[in-house]
Amino acid sequence: MTESFLYLIQQLINGLTIGSTYALIAIGYTMVYGIIGMINFAHGEIYMIGSYVTFIVIAGLLGMGLVSLPIILIVALIVAVIIASTYGWTVERVAYRPLRGSNRLIPLISAIGMSIFLQNYVVLAQGSRDVALPPQITGGWTFGDPSVFEVSFSYMQALIWIATFATMSALTLFISRSRMGRACRACSEDLGMTNLLGIDTNRTIALTFIIGAALAAVAGLLLGLYYGVVNPFIGFIAGLKAFTAAVLGGIGSIPGAVLGGLILGVTEALTSAYFPSEYKDVVSFGLLVLILLFRPSGLLGKPEVEKV
Amino acid sequence: MSQLLLDVQGLTMRFGGLVAVNKVDLKVKNRQIVSIIGPNGAGKTTVFNCLSGFYIPTEGSVMFNGRELAGLKDFQISRKGLVRTFQHVRLFSKMTVIENMLVAQHRHLNTNLLSGLFKTSSYRRLQQEAMDRAAYWLKEVDLLEFANREAGNLAYGQQRRLEIARCMVTQPELLLLDEPAAGLNPNETKELDELIVKLRDEHEISVLLIEHDMGLVMGISDHIYVIAQGTPLADGTAEEIKNNPDVIKAYLGEE
Repeated sequence: MTESFLYLIQQLINGLTIGSTYALIAIGYTMVYGIIGMINFAHGEIYMIGSYVTFIVIAGLLGMGLVSLPIILIVALIVAVIIASTYGWTVERVAYRPLRGSNRLIPLISAIGMSIFLQNYVVLAQGSRDVALPPQITGGWTFGDPSVFEVSFSYMQALIWIATFATMSALTLFISRSRMGRACRACSEDLGMTNLLGIDTNRTIALTFIIGAALAAVAGLLLGLYYGVVNPFIGFIAGLKAFTAAVLGGIGSIPGAVLGGLILGVTEALTSAYFPSEYKDVVSFGLLVLILLFRPSGLLGKPEVEKV
Repeated sequence: MSQLLLDVQGLTMRFGGLVAVNKVDLKVKNRQIVSIIGPNGAGKTTVFNCLSGFYIPTEGSVMFNGRELAGLKDFQISRKGLVRTFQHVRLFSKMTVIENMLVAQHRHLNTNLLSGLFKTSSYRRLQQEAMDRAAYWLKEVDLLEFANREAGNLAYGQQRRLEIARCMVTQPELLLLDEPAAGLNPNETKELDELIVKLRDEHEISVLLIEHDMGLVMGISDHIYVIAQGTPLADGTAEEIKNNPDVIKAYLGEE
């Protein structure tokens, strides 16, 4: 195997790792859009809060002298998911529900307000500087000829792949099989009719915000551990990337969000591998422009049919 | 002695300066088919929208089973037993036929997360009841063999019948049908006619109907209300309406 081929493999591994976390965040955007037709601009902040909670919990547990890594991770995951979901629910309650039925731009602005509020709230509470955590999961597998190029696949990357896959499978099962999942799908097809059949759609909408926030918290935990650094501003760029991924795959479609996330991650990794890495955002957003030009509804999105 | 199910008095709906519905009275008794007819734009659908909680009426009272409905949200009204359909089909077209039937029973499946996770016996019993009810009504509207089809792929007449079945699993006492025969061929209209009569005679519910197909209306209605330009014009049995000079004038114009 040649060096360039192994190098490509390495970049694909890196790209899929980042891409799968984009996908997790993108699902939150796409689910909310699918139901109420609006973008939740505070979603990136929820991811950032998930990361912070993870750091605080891990640091706290380590400080208490706990050493078992699986227990630490599970506790961090549970706490991060619960707290982030509470924030997600609050965003819906404060920025969306009181404005239901008003002009579409109004909740959009209130969501941006929520985003700025949450960001600054974390700055005040945690400071605006980077917070670092020593790597918790080290080591990995390597393959390839060490004299040519060694491909590494770290345990952390494997964890990200497995956790993302497990989370998405659970979500798919929930949406396709459970009673609440069925109500979610009904809401996304026809909110008014779902209401008339006696379903309290406000609860269903709140649930999608909670699910989206929980997935963002999982992404926050994984990326926080992967990079080892958080600051209050990571939510903005991650949110923008995930939003791009959701639009790329077709907003409103969950498989589309996953596909969009993976494509975006791989594109970024390949661009920074073969060109100066400053170009990675240029290429990924350029790709978005191209796809929107030729497929305005995204890769897996259905063309919008005007409702009569 | 049949009892008063729906009692609407002085229902008025204004949009700015426009009076869409003006002091309409309606009475529906138990086990009755009542129709509202009138020229296009007469305000029939606005009446439905007021009854089902889509609009909040400007004036008037809507008593259903002796309780005031005005001010309740649409999902609360449907939980009280008053369910409607629309002029155009509003199925969940990407879901299967059986899923459409199960969504409508969402609140009857009111189980908590834990019992769902552990599949307790009460959870399974509720699930089974919902499936049985869905299957029963699919059979009643002759759609059981299509249970796993995507609802959007059914023929138009079948979609219409599925809508009625979906309303029926919510166990309503009063069904509001907005032009159910629109777009149906004569054969399908006849099947619909039989279905509505069956709902009254066998399932003992009341139906309030908006319809332009006079053959259907005159054939099955126990009582007919005529509305023109938002204002009540006449009411009575089919025979009385047919011979009412005001009604003839409203439909055909002055001679």
